[in-house]
Order: sequence, then C-alpha cells, then structure tokens
Amino acid sequence: MHALTHTATATEPAVTRGETTKLGRAIVVTSGKGGVGKTTTTANLGTALAQRGARVALVDADIGLRNLDILLGLENRVQYHVLDVLDENASLDDALVADKHSDGLYLLAAAQSREKEEVDTEKMRALVASLRERFDYVIIDSPAGIEKGFKNAVAGAQEAIVVCTPEVSAVRDVDRVVGLLGNRFRPQLVINRVRPQLVKKGTMLSVEDVDAFLRLPLLGVIADEPQIIVTTNRGEPLALSRDGQTANAYHAIAARIAGEDVPAPRVEMPKPTLFERLFRGGRA
Amino acid sequence: MIEFLRRFLSAASPSASTAKERLRLVLMTDHLALGPEIVDAMKRDLVDVISRHVEVDREKIEVTFERQDRAIALLANIPILSVRRPEPPAPPAPPAVRPRRKRSRRRRTTASAAEPAAAT
Repeated sequence: MHALTHTATATEPAVTRGETTKLGRAIVVTSGKGGVGKTTTTANLGTALAQRGARVALVDADIGLRNLDILLGLENRVQYHVLDVLDENASLDDALVADKHSDGLYLLAAAQSREKEEVDTEKMRALVASLRERFDYVIIDSPAGIEKGFKNAVAGAQEAIVVCTPEVSAVRDVDRVVGLLGNRFRPQLVINRVRPQLVKKGTMLSVEDVDAFLRLPLLGVIADEPQIIVTTNRGEPLALSRDGQTANAYHAIAARIAGEDVPAPRVEMPKPTLFERLFRGGRA
Repeated sequence: MIEFLRRFLSAASPSASTAKERLRLVLMTDHLALGPEIVDAMKRDLVDVISRHVEVDREKIEVTFERQDRAIALLANIPILSVRRPEPPAPPAPPAVRPRRKRSRRRRTTASAAEPAAAT
C-alpha cells in the first residue's frame, strides 16, 4: 500500500466491498462513433446504480481526453489517474476519487497528458479484475474508435453496453463494434438522443428502426433533452434526481442492469396536434 | 401558414426512410466485405458444381445477398434448362447380365437429351 495521502474526500480507506467474495460485474460502455453519449451514459448509469445502494467504480478509459470527471463535477479532486495506478506510481486507493453526490460511487480518472498506446492491455485487465473484487459494478467508459483504446477498455469487461444515436453513421459504427465484440460480451443497446418530435415527422430514425437494424437487447431509450446540457455544465448527472422522463430512463436502465423486470423502454411521443387529430384521427 | 405548407411538402420524402434505405445497403456491404471478384469466382464454382447434375442457363444466373438477422444469406437464382441423367456409379455386379443393361441405359440417356419427356 502506498504512503501517499488520500484525496480530499476519501477520508476513510476507500473501498472494501463488505463480506461478499463474489466478484463485481465489469461493464464496458462503447459505441465506435464519438459524441453519441458514452460518457454521459456512464456517468448517469453509475449515479443511478449508486443511488440503488450499489458500490460502483467508474473507469475513464479515454486516455488523453479525460471527460468523465467533468460530467461528475470531480475535476478538481482528481490527483492520480489510471496510468498512475498501472505504472504503480499510486495505489488504487489513492487514485479512486469518491463522488460528491452519491455514496458508493468512485471515479478512476483517465490520464490527460498521456496517450492510449501507452496503456498495457494486460495491466488494464488486471486493474479491472482488482476493481471487481471491491465493487459491485465496474463501468468502463471506452474511447471512440476501435483501436487500442477500445481494446484496452474492453479487456477486463465481461459485459458491454453499446450507445447509439438514431443516425446512419452511429448505427453503422455500433454494428461494427458489436461484430468486434462478438457474443462474449452480450452487448445491450442504449439508444440516445432520440427526438420524438422528429421521429413523428419522419425526419429521424425511430427506436424501432434502429432496433430492427441492430437486433440487440434494448436496455434503454434516452430522449435528447436540453436538461442534459445543464447537468453537464454543472457537473451533476441528471440521474441524481428522479424527476422527469430522462432521469427515470436512466434509473430504469440501472434497474434492468441489476436484473429487475422493468417495462420495455420507450420515449413518450408528442401528443397529436389539433390538426392531426382532425385529419389523421381516423387512420391511427 | 408557411409551416403548414412546409409540413405538406416535407411529408413527400421523409428523410428517415432515406436514412433507413442507406443504412440497409451500407450494413449489407459492411457485413459482406467480399470483393466483386470473389463473388464472380463463387458464382463460377457454384455453376460448376450444379452443372454436374443439371444443365443450367449460365447467362441468367443471379447471385444476391440478403440480410437475415445478424447474418448474410447468399441467394442464388440458377435457371435449370434440363436435367442430366445421373451417370450410374457402375457398381460391381454379376458380369453376365451387366454389360447388356449398361448399353441399353446409355442409349436411353442419349434419347432423353433430345426428348426429355420420353425418359420419364
């Protein structure tokens, strides 16, 4: 164990997972394409799982482009990062940052001034394995792409969540990533940034369309919600509250991950306008 | 009023269906990852194998690929012109009777090529 001091909040020796010897679940969040909401999904899923009382470690595997700390509002508390641990410059306890808002939620930040190629895949696998001994869930936020960063993020995981938006390029990339993952990770799908108004107009692929192409178990559907921007600005994940459709969608994902039987995910479609009710009422 | 008109105009070609069609094609080719020369070679080999048993119309062969669940299926449409008589495998049999039967069989085969109905 290292003699270095703990981060400001981790006053107690950070993380021991009670008496159970059962290993936690390591889940990688990935997508192929960038900017579809992997990090937002990771932050909110981690928050929602922790709110359920689980012990959760979030690992930012996007080496060189650290972001998960920002979304959680922990950027000022990060002292050591994942490469410090892999290089044995810091212990896991030193590097794990306790979340401000949710008990049981910890972050292992990415290295900002390093490169993905520097990470040793086997070391990464071992790190995730040791996190699984201490946490119920280890959620790994994968970088975009399918190169070494992705491979390292996937290395220690047993399950995968793939995040897709209703766009041709995003669906194609998810399809490719799922092909690379194979059956071993039992990938489940989160469809992000759905805009019901546009789906209704026929200008956006619907959840059903995306689902039909990818044919993956549907874990959740998240609407494109302005509030997400606000929560990102503040560093307070939306899933901290239970108000509103989107926050609840994240809690439903967490429940589904935990094995609860939750009704099928969907977004509320906009109510028909007066015009539509008059002219299309008979057809619907 | 402008919004009203725009809605009518845009309803003509909703871009989601364009996206769907593009996605369908792009995924199909992604899954295939087969060059046209491989497809041609496959077509040739298929025809060679099938031609051993039936006479096929080499000009009208269509080989397409279709997505089924997460796999791709190869669909070959190969028009058959006529059924070739299967060549008897000539099993070792009592030599006394065999030669005569063989000869008659061969004659029948040639006849059937000219007039297929007679064979059956």
